[in-house]
Amino acid sequence: MTPRVRVPETGYNFAYLDEATKRMIRRALLKAVAIPGYQVPFAAREMPMPYGWGTGGVQVTAAILGRNDVLKVIDQGSDDTTNAVSIRAFFARTAGVAVTTRTRDATVIQTRHRIPEAPLAEGQVLVYQVPIPEPLRFLEPRETETRQLHALAEYGPMHVKLYEDIARHGHIATTYAYPVEVAGRYVMDPSPTPKFDNPKMDDCPALQLFGAGREKRIYAVPPYTRVRSLDFEDHPFRVQHFDRPCALCGAGDVYLDEVLTDDAGGRMFVCSDTDHCEARREAGHRGEGA
Amino acid sequence: MYVAVKGGEAAIASAHRLLAEARRGDPAVPEIGVDQIAGQLALLVDRVMTEGSLHDRDLAALALKQARGDLIEAVFLVRAYRTTLPRFGASEPLDTGAMRLARRVSATYKDLPGGQVLGPTFDYTHRLIDFALAAEGASEPAAQAEPAPDAARAPRVTDLLGQDGLIEASPPDEGAPVGDLTREPLDFPAERDLRLQALARGDEGFVLALAYSTQRGYGRTHPFVGEIRVGEVEVEFVPEELGFAVPLGRLAVTECQTVNQFHGSAAEAPRFTRGYGLAFGHSERKAMAMALVDRALRADELGEAGGAPAQDQEFVLAHCDALQATGFVEHLKLPHYVDFQAELELVRRMRAEHAEATQEAAE
Repeated sequence: MTPRVRVPETGYNFAYLDEATKRMIRRALLKAVAIPGYQVPFAAREMPMPYGWGTGGVQVTAAILGRNDVLKVIDQGSDDTTNAVSIRAFFARTAGVAVTTRTRDATVIQTRHRIPEAPLAEGQVLVYQVPIPEPLRFLEPRETETRQLHALAEYGPMHVKLYEDIARHGHIATTYAYPVEVAGRYVMDPSPTPKFDNPKMDDCPALQLFGAGREKRIYAVPPYTRVRSLDFEDHPFRVQHFDRPCALCGAGDVYLDEVLTDDAGGRMFVCSDTDHCEARREAGHRGEGA
Repeated sequence: MYVAVKGGEAAIASAHRLLAEARRGDPAVPEIGVDQIAGQLALLVDRVMTEGSLHDRDLAALALKQARGDLIEAVFLVRAYRTTLPRFGASEPLDTGAMRLARRVSATYKDLPGGQVLGPTFDYTHRLIDFALAAEGASEPAAQAEPAPDAARAPRVTDLLGQDGLIEASPPDEGAPVGDLTREPLDFPAERDLRLQALARGDEGFVLALAYSTQRGYGRTHPFVGEIRVGEVEVEFVPEELGFAVPLGRLAVTECQTVNQFHGSAAEAPRFTRGYGLAFGHSERKAMAMALVDRALRADELGEAGGAPAQDQEFVLAHCDALQATGFVEHLKLPHYVDFQAELELVRRMRAEHAEATQEAAE
């Protein structure tokens, strides 16, 4: 898709939100950047898409978007999944900004559940849609308790949970939304990205912003910040590994989607990051299913 | 002035006349037709049928008209009608795998046999009020139908996962009679058939809130929506005198099957587990919420730590029915003069004693 500029929707402010709301969100963002990994409460607005569809990410994107930005939106790594199409269309309509599917051409990338395979660069912003911002939520459902645990940097329960996984199953049984420690202080939920993507967050040149609309929290990882996946010396953090390359482009170091091709056990594995896959095929790479 | 204790009969008759007038609204505006409700407020009708436990579109639409759009009141009317109907028996299990699909989405596979069929959904609409709808008479452009999926080629996701043993098998049909909580009082602990019946009839808002609570840490179940399918299925029935199944007709249902984590035990290998939701018509929210709560209520069976509201079947099943809930909450507006008089007497006596005691202490 070539970047194109359209006339924004009339009757609404640039990028939908009013300027006062944007300023409120930007203040939360500045605080979030200043305290990496800390969940900053913000007065999230009701948006014209449902909670759970990415209202937090959409508000963050709306607050940072400028007229010269080039926006990419992915869901599950892909630009053409329904929700990515919908959010991209929303900003094309309300902000009239240029949109793209190419990771390297984008200045703002809003994502749900993936980090692009292509390395991000300085000046780019990755906006995550976050359903449950609190990494301790499934150990302690009460917000009053978890706030205190963070304040005291009391992350013992999380380590115990990971240890119990190892004791019971032989390995840590968390495969996505795998908790990380940011800048040596706060334990943070990376959003439900597969843990495969966790290493990409570490020392990343791009700014990473996280928006949770329903839970009304914003947090951030500034560029070149240490992001460490929690683990143990004798059970070091490991990412998923696929025993075959992408059937379309042959890439072997990427995250793959399993696609069922029939009801007799037929299946193929293809890149979850569709832009990465297309770029590789354009460059002449071929997988065995192509 | 002494308020008449008699005269209730005349008051009730007047109230009913007022109600009829209020229901009709401005007589200058054309009266709404039952066919309009059935056709244009279809999702509301589906909900009344689901919570009313009776598949009859026209009746549900009429109930909505009579109830002035009050959902629970409409459910009430349908339930009160349903209870008078004779019962011939239970149908054969619905074969939702053979559903004539109007919509089918899987959140676990990007693509799968039968494909993803969006169908008529609000999911990716932007919630901007369409003021053009206020102007009546504008004809909508005919929808470009998606290529019709081959129903026979859209096996259920749980069946596909089941081929590899990755998900628990569906419980075998042992031919045991299906429970019916409208004919037998609910007994705890309730089996899954009765739990599912209670959830299907349960208030959508309540079941939804319980499902939501499991997503926020109060009884987490790690759900994935394996599949939601909406469409028509054939209902078959075996009359005793025939001894074989005959089709009774088709009805529209929404089915949701969730795929939930289970880490296994010493005796069992890790595998996924199921949550199940089924509702009349197009009732996705209800079917999904039901599936999440169904799975949460299996905590005991699967040896999971319990204690959250959604995992407590006495709490859930005793409170999910909108009619029971509204009945008991709203009954508070009935006269309670005599009970209150008794309380009043007690409070006055205790206050007097309290005053006496304070005075004595001061002296």
